Formats: sequence, structure tokens, C-alpha cells
Amino acid sequence: MSLVTVRNLRKAFGDHVVLDDVNLEVAEGSVTVLIGPSGSGKTTLLRCLNGLTQPEAGVVTVGDVTVDYADRPGRDRLAALRAQSGMVFQAHHLFPHRTALQNATEGPIHAQREPAAQARQRGLALLEQVGLAHKADAYPSELSGGQQQRVGIARALALRPRLILFDEPTSALDPETVGDVLLVMRDLARQGWTMIVVSHEIRFAEQVADHVAFLDGGGIVEDGPPSQVLANPVEPRTRTFLRRVLDPLSQGPDSDRSD
Amino acid sequence: MDPGTWDLLLRSVGPLLMGAVAGTIPLTLASFVIGLAIALVVALARLSTIRPLNVLAGAYISVIRGTPLLVQLFIIFYALPSLGVLIDPFPSAVVAFSLNVGGYAAEAIRGSILAIPRGQWEAASTIGLGYALTLRRVILPQALRVAVPPLSNTFISLVKDTSLASSIMVTELLRRAQEIAAPSYQFLALYCLAAVIYWLICTVLSFGQQRLERRLSHYVTV
Repeated sequence: MSLVTVRNLRKAFGDHVVLDDVNLEVAEGSVTVLIGPSGSGKTTLLRCLNGLTQPEAGVVTVGDVTVDYADRPGRDRLAALRAQSGMVFQAHHLFPHRTALQNATEGPIHAQREPAAQARQRGLALLEQVGLAHKADAYPSELSGGQQQRVGIARALALRPRLILFDEPTSALDPETVGDVLLVMRDLARQGWTMIVVSHEIRFAEQVADHVAFLDGGGIVEDGPPSQVLANPVEPRTRTFLRRVLDPLSQGPDSDRSD
Repeated sequence: MDPGTWDLLLRSVGPLLMGAVAGTIPLTLASFVIGLAIALVVALARLSTIRPLNVLAGAYISVIRGTPLLVQLFIIFYALPSLGVLIDPFPSAVVAFSLNVGGYAAEAIRGSILAIPRGQWEAASTIGLGYALTLRRVILPQALRVAVPPLSNTFISLVKDTSLASSIMVTELLRRAQEIAAPSYQFLALYCLAAVIYWLICTVLSFGQQRLERRLSHYVTV
């Protein structure tokens, strides 16, 4: 069963077309990893799934909510769409004036009106799940980058969303803390969470993804299981991209150095 | 200074302090609280995408900042009666000062809201908070920290500006000094005493500002 369906998504910033007629389907309980060079539109695609970015056209269905962007959906409609998913940001965007636990309980208590005691209990369990029960009362500024990102994951999970969107969750982190975050994400995948992940972590995609989509120039160039897209890509653009990411020093003098 | 002046000064400290306690301080507090409420509404209107609100708020700020406070005070107390609106001195002063604080603090609040990164709005909306809750729970608590220094300036200026109320017969600190100075001709002594009391009040406030800034920064570790 598809949990997420994207049809004919089109987004331009001025003259610059970022997404050109993009289609995507995500099965419930699956992990989809979006890869591609910067500027390929993968983050924009992710943000169209919860309305943080509003495309000019396209129909997005997440769970029970369908939004046709051509109809200029209002605030309520976008809020309904947004409520279907949780989001983990590249720069975590934790609330700096709230502790780790308060970050995780803010949505449940104040948006979903869950009793505070119950929300706190769940929040603590979620912090434990991401390995940060001992940091429940720490402010974000007192945590490392990897810890902040894991609190961000707990905050997203606390809403009990249908799926979780990850926007380059590890690309702003110190290398030694990346693993902690990826391990948490792998565990979530094993528990059956539906996840869409924009990432440059090819190894993670190989091991965890059910589906990989390679975007370039505003469209999905190639997609399929990682064994196909990552191990035996058909498209030359996919091959070039993967070679560059996996082995940045391998480029010969003849290769196309567009950037 | 002759002993008579000293004697007068000592005897005047009490009445002047009373002027501060019964006039200057309540006038400042009332005007500041009401002014902040006005300022928040105006700042939000100014940030709004609804054009008429935006224009209205801009016009208000422009008028308040572009005209002297004394003139605003005179319009409310001396000119409005000709339109049939009669307000007592103290409430007139509160109205004038509140409107004035509203105009200046609106810009400080607007600036501090704009200083909060867009990611905070986005994160709030992804956890289901609407506009009002996002403001109340996420943006304003952080903006407050940013706004304390400029708002403290407004507050301290207001303490001193309330002396203008003496010109519409509000019995506050300066008015008291005038009343005692006039019959005795001890203007220098009395006005200097008034200045010292204003300075003391402002010094205490500056100290309070520092403590408040520290308290609001508890979550920021450098």
C-alpha cells in the first residue's frame, strides 16, 4: 500500500525550475532515500511533502490527506498535510529555550493536547530510544551535534506521525557523531517506520533503504532498490554521481567537471 | 551652600520621593505595560502579510516617532477637550506615554521577532503549532531575550520622559520640585535633587536589566 503518492510535482523559483514533473510513490513501512547533487531538488521535493515549500502544481497524498497544489491550498489544508509527517531538519531547529524533554513534549502537549504527564512519559521513552535519557533536562546548547539531531528525531517521533521526513540529517554533523544518528535511523527502519531520507550517506542507503531515487536537474533520473540504483546504475549520470561521492579522488582529467 | 539651603534640601527629599512613588513610578509602570501591549499588536501588524494592517501600523509608528512627545501630550490634554474629550491629567499622561511607548517598542519587538531564525517557525509548524501557539511558545520567548536591551532603553527613557507630565499638572517628581522651588527660589538645589532621584531610579533599572538579561540567557551556553 502506498502511504505517499506524488503526482506531477512542479516547482520553480523564478525562472529556475527546481522540480519538473516529479512522480514518487512510497510504500507504508518502507525507507526511501533521495540522493543527488546539491541543487537537484531533493530537499525541495521533501519539503513539498509537508507543505513547507509550496510547489506551483502537483498532487501530494500522505496518509489520509491529499493536497492539490494547483488549487492553492489554504493554511488549514497544509496543516492537515503537515500533521501526517514528522520532520528532522539538517540544522535540527530544536527550540533552544526548551530542554531535550520539553522539545519532545511540546507538540504532543500543546498541539495534540495530550495530558502532560503522559506526554512526558512518552518523551522520556523516546529519548531513551535515541540513547539520550540521561540528557532529558539538558538544553540543546549543552548537547553535541549528534545528540541535538537525535533529540530532533525524538521530537518528530513524539507526534506519532505516519512517516518521518529527514532532510540531510547528518550533513552538518562532526564525522564522529554521524554514526550515532544513522544507527538510530536504522533502528527506526527496523521497527517499521516509513521514512523518506534526503542524504549523501550512500552506505546507509545501501544497508537500510528499500528504495533509492537519484535526482538530478529537477527530476528523478533513476530509482529502484539499492541493489540496482547504487550497485548497478543504468544511467551515466547516476554512475558519475556515485563515483564522485564514494571516491572523490578518482576523477580523471577527462571526466566532466561541471562544478 | 548656606545652612538654609541644606535644610530645605533635607526637608524636600521626602516630598520628592513621594512624587516619585505616587507619580513618576506608577505613571511609568502603567504606560510601559499598556505600551508594550500596543507595541506587540503593532509589531505583529507590521509583520503581517495583510496589507491594510501593515500600512496602518506603519503610519502609527511614523506619527509617533515623527512628532514630539510633548506635543502628543498637549494634544491629548489641551486639544482634545475642544472636541469634547476631557481627560484628567494622570490618565492623559498614561494615554500619551502608552501610545508613545507603543510606537517605539513596536520596532524593537518587530526587530527581535525577525531575529529568530525561520527554522524555528518551520519546526514549530511541523510539530503542529499554529500561528498563535508558535508565537507564544516558540518565537516570543526567544525574541524577548533579544528585545530586552532595546526595551530597557525605552523603559529608562520613559522614566525620564514622565517629567513632561509636570507640564499638564500631574503631580510627579519634577512637579513636586517645581512646587517647592518656586516660593523659595532654590531652583538649583531642588532641580539637582530631582535629577539625582531620576538618576537613582534609572541606575536601579539598569541593574535590573543586567539581571534580567542573565536570567533570560540561562539556556545559551557560550
